[in-house]
Amino acid sequence: MPLSKVVRIHTTSGTTGKPTVVAYTRGDLNNWSDLIARNLTMVGLTEGDVFQNMVNYGMFTGGLGFHYGAEKVGMTVIPSATGNTKRQIEMIQDFGVTAIHCTPSYALHLAEAAEEMNAHFDTLKTGMFGAEPWSDAMRKELENKLGVTAYDSYGLSELYGPGVAFECKERNGLHIWHDCYLVEIIDPVTGETLEEGERGELVVTPIVKEAMPMVRYRTGDITMMMEDGCLCGRGNRIGRITGRSDDMLVIRGINVFPSQIEHVLLQLPEVGNQFMVYVDRIGHLDEMTIEVEMTREHFSGELHDLAQVQKRVAKALRDALELRTSVRLVEPGSLPRFEGKAKRVIDRRGGI
Amino acid sequence: MDMKPFIIKQISVFSENRPGRLAAIARALEEDGINILAFSIAEADGFGVVRALVDNPDKAYRKLTGGGFSVNFTDVIAAKMRDQPGGLYEIARILGDGGVNIEYAYAYSGKEGAVLILRVDRVDSAIELLLKHGGELLKTSIFH
Repeated sequence: MPLSKVVRIHTTSGTTGKPTVVAYTRGDLNNWSDLIARNLTMVGLTEGDVFQNMVNYGMFTGGLGFHYGAEKVGMTVIPSATGNTKRQIEMIQDFGVTAIHCTPSYALHLAEAAEEMNAHFDTLKTGMFGAEPWSDAMRKELENKLGVTAYDSYGLSELYGPGVAFECKERNGLHIWHDCYLVEIIDPVTGETLEEGERGELVVTPIVKEAMPMVRYRTGDITMMMEDGCLCGRGNRIGRITGRSDDMLVIRGINVFPSQIEHVLLQLPEVGNQFMVYVDRIGHLDEMTIEVEMTREHFSGELHDLAQVQKRVAKALRDALELRTSVRLVEPGSLPRFEGKAKRVIDRRGGI
Repeated sequence: MDMKPFIIKQISVFSENRPGRLAAIARALEEDGINILAFSIAEADGFGVVRALVDNPDKAYRKLTGGGFSVNFTDVIAAKMRDQPGGLYEIARILGDGGVNIEYAYAYSGKEGAVLILRVDRVDSAIELLLKHGGELLKTSIFH
């Protein structure tokens, strides 16, 4: 496909320093917004709805993907993007928003901020949450706090973005559109195809993609095929995502590979190449702390120089990961050294 | 004037802000019979710098570096202070009037009186000002 036929590019986190680039022809964009529109229609949204899209616009696929799908349905779209929770709450109230889309952890943060402001969402009825795995307990909490029916949304940039699979009103598995995607579940170690009901890695062959056709793309996401017979009458269903087959982390909806962190550190002489990553959930938002070793040669003896190094590392990580992190400088030689498979990530979040 | 005799080598040690780190540094110095005349800890977000005036800075540097610590020397001056009200004011005023900025300071009070250890932005000017106004500075020759 010549670049002249490519009408848009998005990116997603790659395992190295460079992001993975995904390209779309006009036909791709049309297919993609059709998929989103189908999903929105499936959960009962119509042109009578007012939709606030509280995810990152820009290179991330979640923003524009949902935006054009919702416009296709004819909904009134508010491209509020991320940040400024107080303003988000005001807009939901002022515009009489009926449907929202964001990450589940941000939704919980929004709900708590609204509680603190004593703000009520009288018009809200539908919440669509994706970009990170979340539990049924989280669903109940979000539904109670926001007064919505909550739907799980699944997708990945390599397969257009969000909209690949989506819950119907039954909310018992996500329908994956059989006219666009061929689905297999494999054992991530042996590569062997698994049976219905067995958990493994989701492998997808998109059959309508033009700019970036792929065969048997390994998503890295762990799920299973569910048997047919959803009460809504639609076919192919996968279970909700329960994890990853690789070491990818999802931090506030953004994909992070530990190798990206390594790549950043390699370019900073002030700190060593060893690191540890701690992931916590503080007030419903993911916080990532990275410990790096100060190198002896770069210790000037001055506290403010150390603070400068800390800042520089945090900035380099933010530029590479598009994510704010906390950086802790530790003494040289104090971090664990690994022989064989390194275990550099300690995820203390538990399930959401 | 030669300022060199008055420029004292403080050792600065990078330390994480967690239990046992100061003990590790102090123990290393004890092992080699190094005496600490004065010290202070400066802390930032999760880490700090232990600053110390020791009787043998070069030996301390070798010992701590050998023990895996990140160590560097920092030039400081040590001014004798009257150990009574107004003692600190005298020194601070002389430097302030002379436009020398104090980046940090710590003090000790021993048998021979009180001493103020100063890290300043312009070491030479500070030495000159203090001596000119009758101040007394510790000489580096008292250290090994």
